[in-house]
Amino acid sequence: MAVPVEDSSLDCRGLLCPMPVVRCSREMKRLRPGQVLKLLATDRGAVTDIPAWAADTGNELLHWQEDGPVLVFYLRKGDDV
Amino acid sequence: MVARPEPAVTPDEPLEDTIRRIVREEVERAFRRDPASRRLCLIASKGTLDWAYPPFILGSAAAAAGMEAAIFFTFYGLNLLRKDFDRTLAVSPVGNPAMPMPVPMPDIVTALPGMKALATGMMKGLFRQKGVASVRELRDVCLESGVRLIACTMTMEVFGYTADDFVPGVEFGGAGAFLSEARRSHVTLFV
Repeated sequence: MAVPVEDSSLDCRGLLCPMPVVRCSREMKRLRPGQVLKLLATDRGAVTDIPAWAADTGNELLHWQEDGPVLVFYLRKGDDV
Repeated sequence: MVARPEPAVTPDEPLEDTIRRIVREEVERAFRRDPASRRLCLIASKGTLDWAYPPFILGSAAAAAGMEAAIFFTFYGLNLLRKDFDRTLAVSPVGNPAMPMPVPMPDIVTALPGMKALATGMMKGLFRQKGVASVRELRDVCLESGVRLIACTMTMEVFGYTADDFVPGVEFGGAGAFLSEARRSHVTLFV
């Protein structure tokens, strides 16, 4: 899959649980439905936390990948969140 | 009453499969509508540095996931609501064989004067170094994101705390208030 193009980017490298999810939630509130957030994290728990958060909040995880030690997530804001 | 779409009946599907599918869809629909699946209600009963983390982490994560969260603070947990809790939050190696220590030491040594301050300083330093938010930051996130922090008035009375000892925004209640919240929440934990 092609890597999506983000509208906003959030650096959570070096932060541990629960801050990546907390920051992600805050940043997503600023975006409009359909816009894409790129999130960088190094907390390994984010591999399960971020997809679970997206599923619970009606946002869509478009794609994620590992760039060395950095986890990169692309999330599209849902319509009714 | 909201009109509900009629379950689709597919001609080629065996009747039993159709019934199973409709039941599954109905259960899923009911679960999505169930407000209790979006509510979290915790009891925080411990007031040490280590046990300060779980309620504030779960509360802030729940709020981030769009849940309504309430935390009831009772007994030593009230310590976590105090304005000056940076001064009082501590952790002790006494009676905790699971605490990682830089060097193995006999139990009696862990009880020596200064060991509590040493262990507290080490834990705070380690958490900061690893990138864990401080308890104060996590409590601020909870307050900013609408997590209800509720102090148990019975234990406040016993310990001699007043509302002025606590950070602004704290609510007050008892077992009745907790149960009223908890019976409407699928996620309830005693920490």
